Amino acid sequence: MRAFLCLLLIGAGACASAPSRTTTSPTPRDSTQADIGRGATSTPNADPFPSTYIPFPSRTTVIRNVNLLTAAGPLIRNGAILLQNGKIAAVGATVDAPADALVIDGAGKYLTPGIIDDHSHLGVYAAPGGNALSDGNEATNPTTPQVWAEHSVWPQDPQFPRNLAGGVTTLQVLPGSANLIGGRSVVLKVVPGRTVQAMKFPGAKYGLKMACGENPKRVYGQRGGPSTRMGNVAGYRAAWIRAVDYRRKWDKWNADHKGDPPTRDLGLETLAEVLRGNILVHNHCYRSDEMAQMIDIAHEFGYKIRSFHHGVEAYKIADLLAKEGISASIWADWGSFKMEALDAVKANMALVNAAGARVIVHSDDPSGSQRLNQEAAKAMEAGAEIGLPVSEDQAIKWLTINPAWALGLDDKIGSLETGKNADVVLWTGDPFSVYSKPEKVWVDGALLFDRTDPSEQWRTDFELGFVPFNRN
Amino acid sequence: MISYRLITRTIIALASTAATLNAQTIAITGGKVYPVSGPVIENGTVIITNGRISAVGANVPIPAGAQRIDATGKIVTPGFVNSATQLGVQEIAQVSDTRDMTARGKDNIAAAFTVWEGLNPNSVMMAPARKEGVTSFVVVPTGGLIAGQAALVDVVPGTTTDMIIRAPVAMVAEVGDPQSAGLNSRGELIVKLREVLEDTRYFQSHRDAFDRAQTRPFSASRLDLQALIPVIEGRLPLLVTVDREADIDAAMRLARDYNVKLMIGGGAEAWMMADKLAAAHIPILTGAENNIPAGFAALGQRQENAGLLRKAGVEVALIGNAGGGDEEAFNVRNLRQEAGNAVSYGMTWDDALRAVTLAPAEFFGAADRVGSLQPGREGNVVVWSGDPFEFATRAEHVFVRGREYHEKTRQDLLIERYRNLPGTHNAPPPQ
Repeated sequence: MRAFLCLLLIGAGACASAPSRTTTSPTPRDSTQADIGRGATSTPNADPFPSTYIPFPSRTTVIRNVNLLTAAGPLIRNGAILLQNGKIAAVGATVDAPADALVIDGAGKYLTPGIIDDHSHLGVYAAPGGNALSDGNEATNPTTPQVWAEHSVWPQDPQFPRNLAGGVTTLQVLPGSANLIGGRSVVLKVVPGRTVQAMKFPGAKYGLKMACGENPKRVYGQRGGPSTRMGNVAGYRAAWIRAVDYRRKWDKWNADHKGDPPTRDLGLETLAEVLRGNILVHNHCYRSDEMAQMIDIAHEFGYKIRSFHHGVEAYKIADLLAKEGISASIWADWGSFKMEALDAVKANMALVNAAGARVIVHSDDPSGSQRLNQEAAKAMEAGAEIGLPVSEDQAIKWLTINPAWALGLDDKIGSLETGKNADVVLWTGDPFSVYSKPEKVWVDGALLFDRTDPSEQWRTDFELGFVPFNRN
Repeated sequence: MISYRLITRTIIALASTAATLNAQTIAITGGKVYPVSGPVIENGTVIITNGRISAVGANVPIPAGAQRIDATGKIVTPGFVNSATQLGVQEIAQVSDTRDMTARGKDNIAAAFTVWEGLNPNSVMMAPARKEGVTSFVVVPTGGLIAGQAALVDVVPGTTTDMIIRAPVAMVAEVGDPQSAGLNSRGELIVKLREVLEDTRYFQSHRDAFDRAQTRPFSASRLDLQALIPVIEGRLPLLVTVDREADIDAAMRLARDYNVKLMIGGGAEAWMMADKLAAAHIPILTGAENNIPAGFAALGQRQENAGLLRKAGVEVALIGNAGGGDEEAFNVRNLRQEAGNAVSYGMTWDDALRAVTLAPAEFFGAADRVGSLQPGREGNVVVWSGDPFEFATRAEHVFVRGREYHEKTRQDLLIERYRNLPGTHNAPPPQ
C-alpha cells in the first residue's frame, strides 16, 4: 500500500515526489452558503457531509493481450485497455501505448470492470464485530429515515481491504433490515480513508433502505409493533403520508418564501427527497406477494423502487419487475433460513434475466462479497441446467453495470468503455472459474491491490499488530 | 420358541427378497476414475453390485446384464462426505420447531445428547445436497460447552436408522467461547472441561459406589459421564470447535493429559501452529473461504489455512459452506466450491478431493464404508461432467448405496411451476 502511505505522509513532507495533493480534509464551508436552502429545504443539492475523495496517484497504464469482459458488448479476446488520468482512455483489440505508460502483459488473464456490491454492511457491522461495532440497525423505532449509514461507517473495518482484494471497487453500505424504513445508504469507493467522507463516491445519490416481512415484525412485535405484515404496510403508508405533506409544505414555502419556513424534520427530508426522485429506494423484500404490494405502495405515493434486495421469489414475478423497471439484487443460492426465504431457487437469476429484468448479484455478507464472481458462476450453471444458459458477457453485467444502474452511477462506472472511471480488475483467469482470483485492482486508475506485491496490499489501522500476515 | 424361529425365518426371507430387488449391477465405464485411496485410473471402470462397490480398475470385466453408464470424458469420484453440518437437524433456522441441533443439558454439558435422534430424513434439503454430489455427512450438535455426539449418515431416503453409517462418531465440545458455555473466561472453561473428564474417570472406576449413592457429587449427570467414557478411553474422538491459537494449544494440553483423541473444528488460527498439530497427528475440519477477523479469537483467519495445514502434514477435511450462517444446511451442496477455493488458496487438487472424501471418512472411523472407490465400500459414486470443483460442472450421475438418484428437488418443482409466467405483463427482451 505504498500509495496510501505516501498520502498519509504528504503533510510531513516525506514523499517529495508525490503529486501535489495536500489534504483530504473537507473544503472549508463558506458560511454564506449555509443559508436555509442548503440541506434545510431538502433540495437535491443538500450535501452536509460532502465527499472529500480524491483519486490516489496513478500511472498511465496499458494492459494488453488480455481478455476483456466489458459489460458493454462481446468479449474482446487478446485485447487491450489504456488507463489514463483515472479514466479508461481507450479499449479495444489494440490501443496505442503512450511513451510513459506502464505496460502489463495480460496473457491468459481477464480484465473486467470493478465489481459493485449494492448490498453491503461493511463499516456499519465492522469486524471483529461485537456490540461495540454493531452500528447497522437503529432498532429503536420501526421508522428511522433520519439516520444515515455513513454516520456508522468505521473506515478501519478490516473487511474493506478484503473486499478490494475480491475485486470490489464500489459498495453501497446500507442500514440493516430491522426497520420498515431503515435510513439512508451511502455509496463508498473501496479505498483507504481516514474519514468516511474520503471514501464517499463523489456525486453518488443516496439510497433509502426499506424492509418487508419478518424482520420488522420480529424486532418490534413485542415492542409496540408492528407485529404483523399488515402492521408493516400501515407503517410504510403512514410514513409516506407524512412525507407527502412535508414535501408540499416545503415546495410551497420554497416557491413563495412567505412566513417562517416549515420546521425541519430530518427523516421527512429524506423521504421527501425520495418523492422528488433524488434518493433511490432499495427495498429488502423476499416474497413475491410482498414485492407486489410494495410496488403498489410506490404507485400510491409516487416514488420508484430501484431495486428489490434478497428477492428470493423474484422469479415468481419476474415479468412484473421487468415491466416496472425494478432490478433484483439477489443471491445465487441462499435460502431456507427463514419462512420468507423458503422458496429460494438457484435459477432465480437466470429466470429473472430471461424475463428481461435487471439482475444484480448482491452479497449482504462480507465474505460472499469477496466472491461475487463465484456466486454469478453458480447462478449461470443453474440457468444452463434448466435450459436458460447465460453467457459470460451477460453475467458480467450482473456484477458491474446492473448494480451501477441501481446506484444511479451507470454513466461513471460498471463497464469498460472510453471515458468511464478506470475501476478495473485483472483476474488470474476466467472470473467465472473457481480457480481465478483478482490479481490487480485499480480504482480511478490507481493500483490499490496487487496480489503479487505485499506492499500493494492495504492493511487497516486495526490490523496492525493484530492480524499477523498480509493476504497473498 | 417356534414362533420366534418362524419370525426369524420370515425376517430372513424378507431380507433376501429386498436383496433380490436391489440386486443390480452397475458398470461405470470409460471415465477418469479417482479412487482417492489409490492413483487415478484413466479410462477406468467402477462396478457396483448389490449396493456396494465390487470392482475398480482399468481392466475390469463387465458382468453380464450390468446397467452401463458411459463416463467417457467424465470424472468419477467417491460421493462427497461433508464433515460437519446441521443438515437434517435444522430445516429453517428461524422456525424454532425445526431446530434440533442444541441440547439444554446440565450446566451446558450435554454429552449424552445424540443429535441424530432428532434428524429429519425427510428434510427437503437432503435432495439438493445429494444432487450436487454430497452423499454422506456428519451431523453435529452445537452450543454449550459439551454439545453432544455426532453421527455419520448417508443421504438415502428412509429412516434415520437407514441413513446411519456410524453413530456416534465424535463427542463435540466448544472451546474458546466461555459465554456460550455459561462461564466467564477461557481458563475457567478449560478447568470445567478438566473437571468433567476427572469425574468421568472417577465415575468409570466407581460405578458400584455410584449406584449405591456413595460417591461425591459429580459435575455432570450420570448419562453425560457415561457418554464420556469412550472419550477418555480414546475410542471416541473429541471434536473441539475452536479458533484461537492459544485455545487450540489449551485443548491439545487437555487432550494429552487425559489421553483424549482430539480433532479440531474451525481452527481459524490453526495454520499458526501447523507443525505442532502435524506432530501431534491432530486432524482439522475447516473451510477455505473464511478470511475475516470475525472476532478477537479469529484474528488470524485466512483462506490459506487448509492449504498451509496440509503442507505441514496435517490431515484436513473440508466443511461445505463453512462460513455460512443460517443458510448453512441448505448449502452443504457447496462443499465442492469450498474445495475449489482450497485449491485456489494453496491446497493441491488431490488433497482437496481427499479432504471431501476419504479424509473425513478416516477421521470418523468409516473409511471401510465410504470415502473411496474400493471393493466392499458403499456404492456412493458420482459421475461428474468435468472437474467437480468447477461451477460449470454438473453431477450427472449420483449413486448412493448403489442406487441412482434423479429425483426432483423442491426447487425443481418450484421452477417448473414458475418457469412460464402467465403473461399478465409484456416483458421487454433481455437487456
